[in-house]
Amino acid sequence: MARVVIDPVTRIEGHLRIEAEMQGGKVSDAWSSGTMFRGIEIILRDRDPREAWIWAQRICGVCTTVHAIASVRAVENALGVEVPDNARLLRNIIAASQNVQDHVIHFYHLHALDWVDVTGALKADPAKTSQIAQSISDWPKSSAVYFKSVQDSVKGLVASRQLSIFTSGYWGHPAYRLPPEVDLLAVAHYLEALEFQREFIRIHAVLGGKNPHPQTFLVGGMATSMDPNEPQAVINPERIDLLRKLAAMGETFVNQVYVPDILAIASYYPDWFQRGEGLGSFMTYGDYPKGSMKDTAAYYFRRGMILNRDLSTVHPVDPAQITENVARSWYEYDGASGGSLHPSEGQTHPKYAGPQPPYEFLDVEAKYSWLKSPRYNNVPVEVGPLARMLVNYAAGQPDVKSAVDGALLAAKLQPQALYSTLGRVAARGLEAKVLAAKLSGWIDGLNVNMNRGELRIHNGDMWDPASWPKQAQGTGLHEAPRGSLGHWVEIEDRKIKNYQVIAPTTWLAGPRDANGTRGAYEASLLNTPLAIPEQPLEILRTVHSFDPCLACAVHVVDAAEVELAHEILTCV
Amino acid sequence: MPTSKFLADPEVEEATVYSVLRNRGVSRRRFLQFCSAMTATLALPDSYMTRVANALETKQRPVMLWLEFQDCAGNTESMLRSSSPDIAAIVLDLVSLNYHEVLMAGAGKAAEKTLQDSISQYKGKYIVVVEGAIPHGDGGVYCTIGGRTALSIVQDVCKDAAVVIAVGACAWDGGLVAASPNPTGATGLQAVLPGTKVVNLGGCPHNPADTAAVLTHYITFGEMPALDPYNRPLFAYGRLIHDQCERRAHYDAGEFVEEWGDEGSRKGYCLYKMGCKGPESTFNCPTVRWNNATSWPVKAGHGCIGCASHRFWDTMSPFYQRLPSVPGFGVDVPIGEIGLALVGGVAVASAVHGVARAVHFRHHPGDHSASVAPTPTTQPNGKPSPDEKEN
Repeated sequence: MARVVIDPVTRIEGHLRIEAEMQGGKVSDAWSSGTMFRGIEIILRDRDPREAWIWAQRICGVCTTVHAIASVRAVENALGVEVPDNARLLRNIIAASQNVQDHVIHFYHLHALDWVDVTGALKADPAKTSQIAQSISDWPKSSAVYFKSVQDSVKGLVASRQLSIFTSGYWGHPAYRLPPEVDLLAVAHYLEALEFQREFIRIHAVLGGKNPHPQTFLVGGMATSMDPNEPQAVINPERIDLLRKLAAMGETFVNQVYVPDILAIASYYPDWFQRGEGLGSFMTYGDYPKGSMKDTAAYYFRRGMILNRDLSTVHPVDPAQITENVARSWYEYDGASGGSLHPSEGQTHPKYAGPQPPYEFLDVEAKYSWLKSPRYNNVPVEVGPLARMLVNYAAGQPDVKSAVDGALLAAKLQPQALYSTLGRVAARGLEAKVLAAKLSGWIDGLNVNMNRGELRIHNGDMWDPASWPKQAQGTGLHEAPRGSLGHWVEIEDRKIKNYQVIAPTTWLAGPRDANGTRGAYEASLLNTPLAIPEQPLEILRTVHSFDPCLACAVHVVDAAEVELAHEILTCV
Repeated sequence: MPTSKFLADPEVEEATVYSVLRNRGVSRRRFLQFCSAMTATLALPDSYMTRVANALETKQRPVMLWLEFQDCAGNTESMLRSSSPDIAAIVLDLVSLNYHEVLMAGAGKAAEKTLQDSISQYKGKYIVVVEGAIPHGDGGVYCTIGGRTALSIVQDVCKDAAVVIAVGACAWDGGLVAASPNPTGATGLQAVLPGTKVVNLGGCPHNPADTAAVLTHYITFGEMPALDPYNRPLFAYGRLIHDQCERRAHYDAGEFVEEWGDEGSRKGYCLYKMGCKGPESTFNCPTVRWNNATSWPVKAGHGCIGCASHRFWDTMSPFYQRLPSVPGFGVDVPIGEIGLALVGGVAVASAVHGVARAVHFRHHPGDHSASVAPTPTTQPNGKPSPDEKEN
């Protein structure tokens, strides 16, 4: 048996390491490890809960906004604050545009090079690429002249002998199966998507001043003032117009470039609809409220679970059933080694027990990751776009059902094909389609409110900490691009006493638990064939299909760690 | 005049630029727009635009290696949002970005090999950009890549670099990761490279327009632009946000937002009373703005959090608390204390900034974390006279 190590796993956020055992040319076992730890939860302690979102947002700059939203929701939940309708709409717009943005970047810039051989584009006939492009989409940039210019720029890059970000690719790998013409199409859209993401996310700049890390959330609402007659108001008719244009641009790009490209590329890799299936159980908290956050049944994206690939029943989600296990993580629990704790009473005492660096292999029989292992009712579940699409599909959510059925029909696939590496890729694209279409409705809602004089953006009833109870606890749930995100906050004497986060990638990339049960990444890699173990492209395909975000996944820490931290400081 | 040799023969210059541009499919107009924007961002005279354009067209692209440690990738994302030049122009035209974990094609051993090859092949010539803090606690186990600690990687890679740039607050001074109580013993880049001048582009995140301008300056002139005592480019970090703010007139007129969403907020009044840190923060955020100059936080209705200030997470928070010591407004700090803070020698871009910083430090529970803050190791370059930059 040979051990394959991938570290760093690139084209992700953060620091992820995969170790895999090979037997007969296939992965016989796999271990997923997060190798970076910051301790943001302990840094949050004793600070003003109203500004927790500013700090928490920095858990991740790729999925920016998501920790801000979960954080303000957690504090609002603790203080019993309802936000005005405009704040709800603004948050829905910000969250949906973040999902669209993140999914496009993921497909083209983080994932496409697993399927697309950039050097293949050099051999393409631009006229044929043009024919293919025009056969799958109405996207106007599709002439032979255009694709020739893209091909020339790739040639220029190769001629310069400095391939930049393409230097280290596995070009020519036998697992690449696209015709050169489709390679060229994808390279052109890789570059167009770079332009798209820059322009589309100006939605966040309008509403939050900048992206990444927009800066207008508030506990109780938003700081984004509205007025139909004030040129200095953050939202006025001119800004509504700009938001509409950007949203329309997003919808066009997703429908005319992103989704057709997924279908076109996937059609050359049908076996990847039967591989990488993973756990088979899925969970989503649901999101995009219609009114109060408490009215979970009215969310645009439904809450629920799918168990064991059974789409006939959507099971309810009870957040009380969520625990984190540290049997195989570099942490200890007081008194309950191997036990599990709910995040509201979570404790995290980091204790590195891995090999001293530099090291060649982790001790995967013992503890091997900075990620904890979240479990629902002691079982690992998959979260993310696929979980959201499956739950909403099974629940009969009309927009999701129509998008999924349309794609399955176009690709001549059954729903079972979604339990796979490419199923995750397709689900992400379909979610972007559904949310991009929904954006304009929320923008209209904002405009309607504004024009009827409903200008409230913030509920200031509990802004003054003097009005708070001595103690309060709250939960903030959110569906981030990568899946279900939860923040748990405990407030005492107007300060944060304890703060815990369970991020989507913690659910997905976490290590085994006390029972030895694998996490989602580990399970999905089993039986993956590797043509060339030194160039583990096939492992990257499945790992990337989850869109890993390791900065989100490792955060952790609480009370007892203060002492440890002080010891560390004195060493520095 | 330093640019006369280029201006004297526009036809020669025209031919060179034109031929290269045509190969790239970039219109000449667009390229010159970029050169013009960079020249303006760098606060250079207009006449320098031709020189910038010429350098970008004729010099070999330098190799850039972008390292990430204890980060959120927010600075990478910010770079992706660069509009002039756009990110494709930066990574394909301006530099050859041989190593960047978020964007590079290869992983694992292929990635590591590219890093090592670039170091040996371009020894003394490559640019290193670092994002994220570097942990020292427990032998550096809080951040490893390929089984090696961040500390050992960064020292290895930076040893033979031509230029080392820290982007974002975390790489500059440890940022959020080093905020009190600094659980992993994190520091910024300068603290681990004592003999190297690290150019710091603070902010959370860095503004890609500034970073692109610094790269352009380096490629054009072979050196960094004029720096302040923190080794930050003066063109970007030399002026108070308060003095550049579009809401400044309201401050002077005594017109303030009193509650979120009130009439003042709709009229764009000053956010000082809501905790804005603009009066003690320096950055060109209000003029360069973000996302293709669309907006910046104060324009979008929220106070500045001073994200480009030194150790801002501890020194500028609580973020919703009104600044205590802005001249002419509710000064509640004894004058003796102000004097003491200034004599204390805190290196800052303005006296106002320095006072408030020191006062905040004293009030915050996380004081001890300041002990790991890197101190500036170099002095300002003196006056940023364009004439001194003749190659």
